[in-house]
Amino acid sequence: MRFDVPATTNPIDQLKVVGRATDRIDGPLKTTGRATYAYEWKEFSTWPAYGYVVGAGIAKGRIAQIHLREAYATPGVLAIVTAQNAGPLGKGRLNTARLLGGPEIEHYHQAVAVVVAETFEQARAAANLVRVDYVRSDGAFDLAAAMGSAQPKSKPGGHADSAVGDFEGAFAAAPVTLDATYTTPDQSHAMMEPQASIAEWDGERLTLWTATQMVAWTVADLSATLKIPKENVRVLSPFVGGGFGSKLFLRCDALLAALGARAARRPVKVALTRPQSINNTTHRPATIQRIRLGAGSDGKITAIGHESWSGNLKGGGPESATGQTRLLYAGANRKTALRLAVLDLPEGNAMRAPGEAPGLMALEIAMDEMAEKLGLDPVEFRIRNDTQVDPEKPERPFSQRKLIECLRSGAERFGWERRNPIPAKVRDGRWLIGLGMAAAFRNNIQMPSAARVRLEADGRVTVETDMTDIGTGTYTILAQTAAEMMGLPIQKVSVALGDSDFPVSCGSGGQFGASNSTSSVYAACIKLREAVAQRLGFDPEQTEFADELVKFGARSVPLAQAADGKSLEAEDRIEYGDLTKKFQQSTFGAHFVEAAVDAATGEIRLRRMLAVCAAGRIINPKSARSQLIGAMTMGAGAALMEELTVDKRLGFFVNHDLAGYEVPVHADIPHLEAYFLDETDPTSSPMKAKGVAELGICGVAAAVANAVYNATGVRVRDYPVTLDKLIDRLPPVEV
Amino acid sequence: MKAFSYERAQSPAQAAAAAFKPGAKFIAGGTNLLDLMKLEIEAPTHLIDVNGLNLDRIESTPEGGLRIGALVRNTDLAADARVRRDYALLTRALVAGASGQLRNKATTAGNLLQRTRCPYFYDTNQACNKRQPGSGCAAIGGISRQLAVVGASEACIATHPSDMAVALRALDATVETVRADGTSREIPIAAFYRAPGATPHLETVLERGELITAVTLPRPIGGIHLYHKVRDRASYAFALVSVGAIIQPDGTGRVALGGVAHQPWRVEAAEADLPQGAKAVAAKLMEGARPTEQNAFKLPLVERTLASVIAQSKGAAS
Repeated sequence: MRFDVPATTNPIDQLKVVGRATDRIDGPLKTTGRATYAYEWKEFSTWPAYGYVVGAGIAKGRIAQIHLREAYATPGVLAIVTAQNAGPLGKGRLNTARLLGGPEIEHYHQAVAVVVAETFEQARAAANLVRVDYVRSDGAFDLAAAMGSAQPKSKPGGHADSAVGDFEGAFAAAPVTLDATYTTPDQSHAMMEPQASIAEWDGERLTLWTATQMVAWTVADLSATLKIPKENVRVLSPFVGGGFGSKLFLRCDALLAALGARAARRPVKVALTRPQSINNTTHRPATIQRIRLGAGSDGKITAIGHESWSGNLKGGGPESATGQTRLLYAGANRKTALRLAVLDLPEGNAMRAPGEAPGLMALEIAMDEMAEKLGLDPVEFRIRNDTQVDPEKPERPFSQRKLIECLRSGAERFGWERRNPIPAKVRDGRWLIGLGMAAAFRNNIQMPSAARVRLEADGRVTVETDMTDIGTGTYTILAQTAAEMMGLPIQKVSVALGDSDFPVSCGSGGQFGASNSTSSVYAACIKLREAVAQRLGFDPEQTEFADELVKFGARSVPLAQAADGKSLEAEDRIEYGDLTKKFQQSTFGAHFVEAAVDAATGEIRLRRMLAVCAAGRIINPKSARSQLIGAMTMGAGAALMEELTVDKRLGFFVNHDLAGYEVPVHADIPHLEAYFLDETDPTSSPMKAKGVAELGICGVAAAVANAVYNATGVRVRDYPVTLDKLIDRLPPVEV
Repeated sequence: MKAFSYERAQSPAQAAAAAFKPGAKFIAGGTNLLDLMKLEIEAPTHLIDVNGLNLDRIESTPEGGLRIGALVRNTDLAADARVRRDYALLTRALVAGASGQLRNKATTAGNLLQRTRCPYFYDTNQACNKRQPGSGCAAIGGISRQLAVVGASEACIATHPSDMAVALRALDATVETVRADGTSREIPIAAFYRAPGATPHLETVLERGELITAVTLPRPIGGIHLYHKVRDRASYAFALVSVGAIIQPDGTGRVALGGVAHQPWRVEAAEADLPQGAKAVAAKLMEGARPTEQNAFKLPLVERTLASVIAQSKGAAS
C-alpha cells in the first residue's frame, strides 16, 4: 500500500479497539517468566556452550602478542576465537569499529577474543587467563581539546550546516541577546537486558537468537561480517529487555556467538557484562553546544543560532543536536552547524531521541535564560515564538502542531501561575523550591514496513512481522490494529514478532515503530478483507467487518465461517509518498517540574513532574503513558546523575557499572503526571498516529535544570546538574 | 572466578586457625566478596563459611552497652529496639546504606571489612596499589570526584564505603576478635583501620586468620543522633560525603565523616569546637586535606552538611 495522500475516514476510526487503554497481551508471559529472552532459549539438540568475551585493556594501539596457552589448558575450554583464527571477516554497514579487534585496537574493551567452554564459570575463568601484550598509541579522548580539529559532518542524507537570512547581522542588531555554551556528557543506555545471543550452525546455515531492535539490520550486518549469504542467516528476537538504541546494531555478542559456535561445533551463547556493554558497545556521545539568541523587546526571536560539537571514532557520525532548532521556534535569521571531531573513545551512536534529547537539553535552558532577560514568562516566551510553518520554508506547514495547547494545558494543570519568577525566593524548611518548564519536540519518521495477516481456519487472526517489541507494547498495538480492521475482539488475534522469516518491518527505533508497524498491519488487513469478501462473493468495497461478522447488505456471515476450514493469508507493505516533504510532521509536548534543593548541601530532589504531549492518535493510551513516564524518568536521570566519566589519559569510561553509572531509583522519581492531547494526523499514516517514546525524554532535563535555577538562582549549563556545581553559590547555612 | 575449596567452620577458634592458611578467606553474607571474586579482584583459594557460628545475637553487656554478634545482619541490627532507642545513629547510618536486599544479607563484621568502590580498583586493566601492590594508582590524576580528600597517600586515594563504620566510629565501638592461635582481643574502632601509606592493600590491623566475633558498644551517651548521607542519587549510592553526629543539649558532641577518607574519619580534637558551629570543626576535620580539582567540593560540603546537621539537632531538640 502506498500512502501518498492524507488519510480519510477508514476502519481504524471506529476506535472500538484502537485508542482504548489495553493491557499488554504479552503481559502474562512476562510476569510469569514464560517470555523467552535471547539468553534463555533451551530447545537445542546439544546444550549450548558458553562464550565469554575478552575486551581490550587499552584504548588505542595494537596487540603485540596474545597468549592463549594457559586459557586453553583450563578445564572445560572448547575453543578460543581471536582475529588470528576467525578467518576473513567483513564489517557491517552500520558498525564503525570492528566487532573483533586485533591486531589494531580501536577502543577500550573492543573484543579481542571469545573463550568458549562447557560452563559459564569455566569460560569466564579461562578468559581471565588470556594474556595480551599491547603496544599503546596516543589517542584523542577529550572533546573540548579536539574542538579545533572538528569538521562539518551530518548524518547520512542530512546537512551539517543550515542558514536562513542574515544570522550574524540580526544577532548583532538585536536589543536583547544570549550567547551561552552548554555541555552534555556521554551517556549509557543502561537497559536492563544486556546484549546477548545464542548461535547455532546447521552446515552453512546460521540461526541466531538475539536481542535486537532491528531484525533485518542484524541479518544484513551479520551476513556481511561473516561473509555468508543473507539467506543463510535466520535471526529470532521475539522478546527484548529494553533497547533505547543499544540494540539497533549488530554487536560482538552476536558475531562472537556465531564464530564461537563454528569453532566449537555446537551452539554457543554469549552475553556482555555491564562493563563490556558500556565500553564495548555504543553510547550517546557528549556534546558542546553554543546557542545564540537575539530578540526584540517584544519578545520575538529575530536571530537563532545553534552550533554543536561531538566526537566519534573515525568514520562515525555526529550527535545531531541542532535538528530541533531548525523547526521549533520562529525567527527570520537562522543558523545551525554540526561539527565532528575524531575521538578514540568507544563508538558513539543513537540513544533514545538522538539529536533532540541533548539538543533540547541545551536549547531549552537557553530559552529559559532568554525569557528572563526579556522579562517574560518562559511559557509565554515560547508561545510568542510559535510557528505553524517550517521556519526555513514558510510554504511548508506543520501537519499538526499543538505546542501552544500543550504549553497552556500543562501550565494550567501544573499550577504554573504560582511560580515566583525571581529565583531563590521560595523555601520549605531547609529546601529551596523551584519550578521549571521546557518544550518537547521530536520528528515523526515514515519508514516502509511489511506484515502478513492470516485468517486461521478457526476464525482467529494471526499477525506476523519481523517487528520487535522492546518493552514498548508493540504486540498489543498490532493486535489492536488487526482486531479493529477485522471486526474481532483482541483476544482473537495472535501476534508473532522478531523472526527474520517474517516480512521485513520498520523495526523499533526513532519512535517510528508504532505508526509504521501498525500501518503495515492495516495494509495487510485491507488485503485480507478483500480476500474474505471475494471468498464470500461480497463486494469488497461495501463489506463491513464488525462484531466477528462479515456484513454485506442484508447478508451477514461469521468471520470464522468465512474461513471455512481453510486459512486465508494476505501480506502487504506500507510505503510512503512525499507527504513528509509537503508537511513537516513532528510531535510536541511541554514538561513541567518542581524541584527542591537542600539549601545546605545542594542535594536536588524532584517533587513533581508533569507532561502534556500531542503526538497524533494514541493507539494504546496505557502503554503510551508508560512510554512517557519511562522517558520522563530517563530525562530526570540525564538531568541529575547520568554521566559516563572519561579518563582523558587512558581513554575509557571509568564508571562502567551500575554502581558507578547512576540511573534514577524509585526514591528519585516523584509523582508523575502524563497527558496526551486529542489529536489525529492524517498525513502521518493510515493510523493517523505518530510516536511518543522519544518525545517523552525531550526537554525533560532542561525543565529540571530550569527548576533548579528557579529554586537557587544558580544557572548550571553543564550536565548533569549535580550539587558540586551549585555548592559555591548557595546561601550561607544558618545555625 | 578462580576455583576454590570450601568448608563450614565449626567454632570461631577453628575458623581462625583454618584461615591462617595462605589464600584462605572468611565468607559470611558474601555481598561484597562474591562480586570481587567474579571479577578476580579477590581470588581466594579456600573459603571458610562462618555463617553457622552462632554469632548472630545482640546482647546487653554488664557495662550497660550492647554486644553485637559479628553475623548480625544489617537489617536486624538497624531494627533492634535497643539500637533504635540508644544508638539511633547506627540505625540511621545502616538504613542509608546499600539496598534492602543487601542489608538482609550483609553482616556486621562484613560491613566493616568491605572494600573500596574506587572504579580503578574494580577495573583489573588499571594500575591499583590496593588490588595489586606496587602497580601504581591510576585514580591519581584520573576520575576522582568520589575519592578521598583527607588521610590519603601517594599510593592510594580510595575511600572506605561503609556507612555503618562511620556510626561505630562516632559511638566508640570496640571490635572483638579471635586470632589464629585461639587467643582473643579487643580493638578500639579508632585503631582498627590503617592509614593507606605505602601499603593501601593492608586495610585493617587484623592479623592473618583473625576473625571478628563481635562489635561492642559502650553505655549510651544520649543526645540527638543524626546521619546525613549526601549523594547524587536519593538512594542506593555511595556517599559523596556523610556526616554522623551525636549532639548533646548543650551543643557538645561527636562527629564522624564518611566518603572523605580511607577510613571512617573522626578527629576527636575537633569536637571541642562543636558548640561554636560547624566552621572550626570542619576546618580541623579537614586539616591537611589534599583534594583534587574534581573533589575539592567535598571541603565546603563537609562544613555545610555539618552545619545543617547541627541546625537539625537544634530543631529536633526544641
